[in-house]
Amino acid sequence: MTSGAVITGGQRANADDGPTAPTPITMAKALNLGLRAAMAADPKVLVMGEDVGILGGVFRVTDGLQQEFGEPRVIDTPLAESAIVGTAIGLAMRGYRPVCEIQFDGFVYPAFDQIVSQLAKLHYRSAGRIRLPVTIRIPFGGGIGAVEHHSESPEAYFCHTAGLKVVACSNPADAHLMIQQAIRSDDPVIFLEPKRRYWEKAVVDPRSLTELPAADTTELHRSVVARAGTDATLVGYGPTVRTCLDAAEVSAADDSRSLEVIDLRSLSPLDLTPVLDSVRRTGRLVVVHEAPSNVSLSAEVAARVTEEAFYSLEAPVLRVTGYDTPYPPARLEDHYLPDVDRILDAVDRSFGF
Amino acid sequence: MAGATGELTVADIDLPAQIADLTDDDLVGLYRDMMLVRRLDEEATSLQRQGELGLWASLRGQEAAQVGSGRALGPQDMAFPSYREHGVAWCRGVDPAAILAIFRGNSLGGWDPAEHGFALYSIVVGAQTLHATGYAMGMARDGSPGAAIVYFGDGASSEGDVNEAFGWASVFRTPLVFFCQNNQWAISEPASRQSRTEIFHRATGFGFPSLRVDGNDVLACLAVTRWALATARAGRGPVLVEAVTYRMGAHTTADDPTRYRSTSELDSWRRRDPIDRLRAHLVAGGLLDEDRERRLAIEADALAHDLRTRCRSMPDPEPASLFDHVQVTDTGLVSVQRSAFTTAPGDGGAPEDAAARRKRDGPYVPGDLDRESGLVTGETRRVSGEAW
Repeated sequence: MTSGAVITGGQRANADDGPTAPTPITMAKALNLGLRAAMAADPKVLVMGEDVGILGGVFRVTDGLQQEFGEPRVIDTPLAESAIVGTAIGLAMRGYRPVCEIQFDGFVYPAFDQIVSQLAKLHYRSAGRIRLPVTIRIPFGGGIGAVEHHSESPEAYFCHTAGLKVVACSNPADAHLMIQQAIRSDDPVIFLEPKRRYWEKAVVDPRSLTELPAADTTELHRSVVARAGTDATLVGYGPTVRTCLDAAEVSAADDSRSLEVIDLRSLSPLDLTPVLDSVRRTGRLVVVHEAPSNVSLSAEVAARVTEEAFYSLEAPVLRVTGYDTPYPPARLEDHYLPDVDRILDAVDRSFGF
Repeated sequence: MAGATGELTVADIDLPAQIADLTDDDLVGLYRDMMLVRRLDEEATSLQRQGELGLWASLRGQEAAQVGSGRALGPQDMAFPSYREHGVAWCRGVDPAAILAIFRGNSLGGWDPAEHGFALYSIVVGAQTLHATGYAMGMARDGSPGAAIVYFGDGASSEGDVNEAFGWASVFRTPLVFFCQNNQWAISEPASRQSRTEIFHRATGFGFPSLRVDGNDVLACLAVTRWALATARAGRGPVLVEAVTYRMGAHTTADDPTRYRSTSELDSWRRRDPIDRLRAHLVAGGLLDEDRERRLAIEADALAHDLRTRCRSMPDPEPASLFDHVQVTDTGLVSVQRSAFTTAPGDGGAPEDAAARRKRDGPYVPGDLDRESGLVTGETRRVSGEAW
């Protein structure tokens, strides 16, 4: 953070109030401000999805946008996910920058063909003549006690598809800027929002992407070190970054181990430079995500770290993930989701080699 | 057929008035279009049989539906085809060789949709109806004087995307004409397997007007599409046109229609051939004599010859071009793989070069490998493409 200006409930702090402690805002609010900034910066930006208008979205991420920018730019759509993405493609061909909201992760599959066969491939099919700057926002992951289809982690499907970019924010400050960067991208972006972190708060620089000096922003497709450490490396993204940070805290206190935590942020393309740098120092790597392990992001990270830093590894790359089951009933999700204990068990196993 | 909104009825539209402006030359022009399109279709079929194309999807029998609707379009309009709309492409000024390039395996697209007002072919049936719906929404927002038209078939009418497009276009009153060519067959499945009702009836349930037209009558197709486009352009929402026609050829050159349909059925439709019908009309009216027919035949021969020559001389794309335009901003593995592909030792990194190299050099011994970074940076010897 470089700015003294802070947000209090969406308002800039009044300078006359004198110096005050920066007021934290939630990730949902940070996304809302990011969307607002993107819409203000470019009249071609449209928000479309189910209940995004007067209701402000079921998570209130689009709260107030329709009132501010009008119905033509914040469109309550029919309940037709394939059409939300398919018409966004048509609008983008016409020069618009649609931001689609898929209400929950488990509802994205009806739009799967439009995403992987059309949105991802039309630039290639057209030999570069067609650009589709479409952002698809998806609240993803579990931990909110929901009914079926509301807790899934579908990222691997999209990372597997050439032509798509896939990112996941993990904290309010990133959410605020990453959504603006995604909307500005000329390529389609799947934007994953960790829904159980929507209400976690942090201080956010209120300046928009256009107001911030480039040096103060991290590029969209860069991974970052979220906590420096020296003994072992934890890699997470989206909701598991917080879990990894908690694990590092406990490990430092209980085991006197210094765990480095890396937030991938970009899932496709992957930026493994910070991961490789870290592994070359620590020799131990544990990858953590909520999605099942089979053919997952952690499989890709493990394969590439093994290819590129094999002789630095003191132990096999280990993984802490959701199980390879359907997402269970909510009363079982605490057993399913990676938690601090499972992460620290994996760290122990890594040190056992 | 009255629309459910009650605002728009097609029962009393004056279709003859839609084409009252056609001159004798215009009529002969429609005949010429259909003839030339059939000739290029025949030539493409021959080229496939001779191994020059991997596949061809013939439009034979659908020339009137495509030319009639295609000639109704203005430069301000945007057409979204499926993959058999060679006749519409012709009307939009798309080079037929660009279509052949798709079926030859040289490209996936091949023309500039904005330049021609003609989107790329869509092979996933029905997917393009949603693109057209969104595009039409954009046209309305922009105050465009045009409308969009989207082509699909009786088979696609069962797809969810088509039904989502019907609902969406109706609710948002998008300036869009749904043009369904019911050619009776979706590969081996008859239209009766897609719907218990006539396809055009479906629009009523979605709340917009529709009509059914003889798809083998080019003038009727022109008149109906002109009316539908005018309605859409005037902001009165979408229209569904069902053009009843017949796919006289196979689904594609890979198909054998004798396994699922009778010769007598085909014969009955041969008697309704759209080109023969217009020719009879023109001859009866004294608009087409032997001399004009002969000149058209020469023109068709020249078109076919030119197409054949250009198809056969089409060079294969550059190998490394397979990495082009995956994304606007190249990132991640595409960059790495492109770099490895183009900088591999040997000449060009083609797979056969790698094989030849292995034969020449024997198995690779990684004695000099930079253990940490060799496979990433390509600093040491590596075999093209295999590390990824």
